[in-house]
Amino acid sequence: MATEAKESTKSSIEELEFNPHAPLLEVDDLHVEFRTRAGVVKANDGVTYSLGEGETMAIVGESGSGKTVSAQAVMGIIDSPPGYITKGAARFRGVDLLALPEDERRAFRGEKMAMIFQDALSALNPLFRVGWQIAEMYRQHRGTSKTEARKKAIELLDRVRIPAAKERVDSYPHEFSGGMRQRAMIAMALALDPEVLIADEPTTALDVTVQAQIMKLLADLQAETGMGMILITHDLAVVAEVTDRAAVMYAGRIVEQGTTKQIFRASYHPYTLGLMNSIASPEQKGTKLIPIPGSPPDLLHLPSGCPFHPRCVYAQDICSVDRPPLRDLGDNRKSACHFAEEVGTGAK
Amino acid sequence: MGRYLIRRVLQFVPVFLGATFLIFSLVFLIPGDPIRALSGDRPMPASVQQALEARYNLDKPFWQQYYLYVAGVVQGDFGEDFRGREVTDIMRERIPVTFKLAIYAFTFEVAIGIAAGIMAGLRKGGFIDNLVRISTLIVISIPIFVLGFMAQLLIGVRWGWLPVSGLGDGFKSYILPAIVLGSTSLAYIARLTRTSLAENMRADYVRTATAKGLKRSRVVGVHALRNSMIPVITFLGVDLGGLMGGAIITEGIFNLPGLGNAVFRAVVQQEGTVVVGIVTFLVLIFLLSNLVVDVLYAVLDPRIRYE
Amino acid sequence: MSDFRQAEAVTETETVAPPVTEEVEEEVQKPIEGPPPGATTSLWSDAWKELRTSPLFLVSLGLVVLFIVMAIAPQLFTSTDPRACSLSNSLERPSSEHWFGFDLQGCDYYARSIYGARISMAIGVTVIGFAAILAVILGSISGYYGGWLDSVIARLTDIWFAIPTILGGIVILSLLGERGFFQVSFVLVILGWPTMLRLYRSSVLSVKEMDYVEAARALGASDFRILLKHILPNAITPVIIYAAISIGVIIAAEAALSFLGVGLQLPAISWGLMISGAQTRILQAPHLLLFPGLFLSLAVFGFILMGDALRDALDPKGR
Repeated sequence: MATEAKESTKSSIEELEFNPHAPLLEVDDLHVEFRTRAGVVKANDGVTYSLGEGETMAIVGESGSGKTVSAQAVMGIIDSPPGYITKGAARFRGVDLLALPEDERRAFRGEKMAMIFQDALSALNPLFRVGWQIAEMYRQHRGTSKTEARKKAIELLDRVRIPAAKERVDSYPHEFSGGMRQRAMIAMALALDPEVLIADEPTTALDVTVQAQIMKLLADLQAETGMGMILITHDLAVVAEVTDRAAVMYAGRIVEQGTTKQIFRASYHPYTLGLMNSIASPEQKGTKLIPIPGSPPDLLHLPSGCPFHPRCVYAQDICSVDRPPLRDLGDNRKSACHFAEEVGTGAK
Repeated sequence: MGRYLIRRVLQFVPVFLGATFLIFSLVFLIPGDPIRALSGDRPMPASVQQALEARYNLDKPFWQQYYLYVAGVVQGDFGEDFRGREVTDIMRERIPVTFKLAIYAFTFEVAIGIAAGIMAGLRKGGFIDNLVRISTLIVISIPIFVLGFMAQLLIGVRWGWLPVSGLGDGFKSYILPAIVLGSTSLAYIARLTRTSLAENMRADYVRTATAKGLKRSRVVGVHALRNSMIPVITFLGVDLGGLMGGAIITEGIFNLPGLGNAVFRAVVQQEGTVVVGIVTFLVLIFLLSNLVVDVLYAVLDPRIRYE
Repeated sequence: MSDFRQAEAVTETETVAPPVTEEVEEEVQKPIEGPPPGATTSLWSDAWKELRTSPLFLVSLGLVVLFIVMAIAPQLFTSTDPRACSLSNSLERPSSEHWFGFDLQGCDYYARSIYGARISMAIGVTVIGFAAILAVILGSISGYYGGWLDSVIARLTDIWFAIPTILGGIVILSLLGERGFFQVSFVLVILGWPTMLRLYRSSVLSVKEMDYVEAARALGASDFRILLKHILPNAITPVIIYAAISIGVIIAAEAALSFLGVGLQLPAISWGLMISGAQTRILQAPHLLLFPGLFLSLAVFGFILMGDALRDALDPKGR
């Protein structure tokens, strides 16, 4: 069984024609729908971005903005039903993952792309030892022997800086602290040296001090391995600290994209601006925090035109009629706002 | 694990004492003459009555009576019937029959029940799911004695496929009774497996398993299923009690000389001591099986055993 | 007949109490998010909206109403006296005039099947009614106050669980000389209360942590008032679902005990007794088995199906 798994994983991926010059990961016009009893929710409505080697990209947004869904679509782990990918492509080195048969998609997961989740306690299987769950990656993908896989699991636990990895390898998830569980998750994801790592709110469930440690660990590991990393978060402070580029999502669409520096220097979308104003930062000490007015949109009944217009201080008549496309503003930055230039230059 | 086991065993003792006390006091404290109750409606000579009173220590205070009764049970003495035959003797020749019947019924219900539950749970809302949901409800609704007679009448007599009475045909004699006995529990197991698996398939760790690039058969078979079996295992403990009640009826209908049949006859012939003796034994078996189930439960779920 | 505690399995996984001690139980079971007080009515009205269009619920409602009417007013279904029997009709097969034929004593079997509903429904409703009252009183004490009372009640239920229902029923009832409606109901209540108690207790445990209960306590409401006005309406739902299913299971248990000869006694008219009387003659007169068996199964099916439909509608998790 194990050797069988080894052969199928290796061969099915190796036969694919990767283009070494194509971007590491390229998501193109991704559409994902959830067909619920109450109606169809367009969780991703034309999402496009790309990720290069060694690059860290943030996908920022409120819950329900579709940031997690886009990552799950790329990984191929959307619950279906009710979720369906209706359009678009996700190309890994030029190979469209969404067009691959399920068997090859499966081989991709873990081997080339891995994902870590928000709540490691529920994301790890409560009934199996942590070491076993890590070793399972080697056993199933590579057909590694039991003892060898266990040795590698210990090495990995060591690498994610879990103290006394030799003893800890036989612990169950519930015997770990929150931070250690997240480290174990990271170890599991990195087992097969994936080229893309998707981290879905990896620190949200943790204490603030532990958050910093985990983010540092992720950044260090990325520097070591040179993998591309997608960091899904709602925490702008984390974005500023560790990412190279950022995409801001609202109601299933990317509304602003650019390098992290650019976006923090000047936002070209009122939603991003709102997010910036609603967090505390040392530079803005003494200024008032301004929350974004209104509440996140009901995805079943999106406002007409620009879905952000009911909450937008820049909104004009056109905004309730015409949905602004994601425009190129030059210098590699994009915004989906009719008045992007005014917003960015602070004309109002 | 060790501490958990010790605690479970320690909990077993008071429950066993409580249950035997309950049965004992029900039988011996029920208003009226206990000896008359034991002998039913038959007239009883005074000498027999005195002998019985002495045998059941009725001339002693209640607590002492109970102590002597429990001490007897612990040493394997479950009393005697009115012909002076040891209840343990009656049981000894009947236990294999009931044991076989229970094992066959159990195997049948677990195998088919879990398989049906998995098929339904993996595609919740699909055709198989609805089929399983409705058919299990129908099976649950038909009382076992109605089901037993119907099976006997149709499969056994009308179509002549399987033997319907006694043990003359060896293994074949057990097939129909085992199916009838296991059918209700089968339906419950299928339903439990279905809801439990459908719920676990939505769990985060199952998504993780998929994200790890594991085959679907492994995601379901190793990760989701093991978690889904926890409530099913719990049910199996309770279910053994149901099987024993059911065995009384099934063995009666199919005329199998097992423990249930002995109870059935003893009830009809109003042999109180036999009824109480065998029921005490069955309760003991039930409690021991529950202990085994608890251990199994701890083997399956580390969160329990390390508490 | 299988043990009626098995009915727990129908009411979803969380009601099967894991065989662990209280502390673990609370740790492992995630607290069920209870609705705020005002939400109770909307939970039920939402459920009603869904139930109204559910074919399974409508079927179950039809069956339950049918058997309740049959129990209250059997005259509506037959003008024949079930006790007016003539031996000359003994074991007559069904005919166009007498659809269900006659039994050994030559009584009209259709009339007897109709009149058989009365005692089954009466026992089912009575037993579950009393068991529910016991469960709410003891479950409130146990769940709300906790402490030594809770431990005592928990140990008592442990002991009760050690005695399977049918076995316990046989032991107690076989010792009673006279067995009628009262004795059988009493024994079934005695053996059946612990399951409901456990269900209500765990429900109380999760509801009592809710903010609105804390708020009521902070405002100085008495314990009695909190238990009655705030906890009961929000904690009772699982008990109601379980009760619907259990009425069916109790009806079947009564029939099983009567069938075994330790339940009701002649001349009572009961489906279990009718089947018991049929057992030696199923070859010559299969109708004697078929009709009471069908009535009994349909009645049980009605209640179990109703509980299942209620659970689907009331448990938001299952949607």
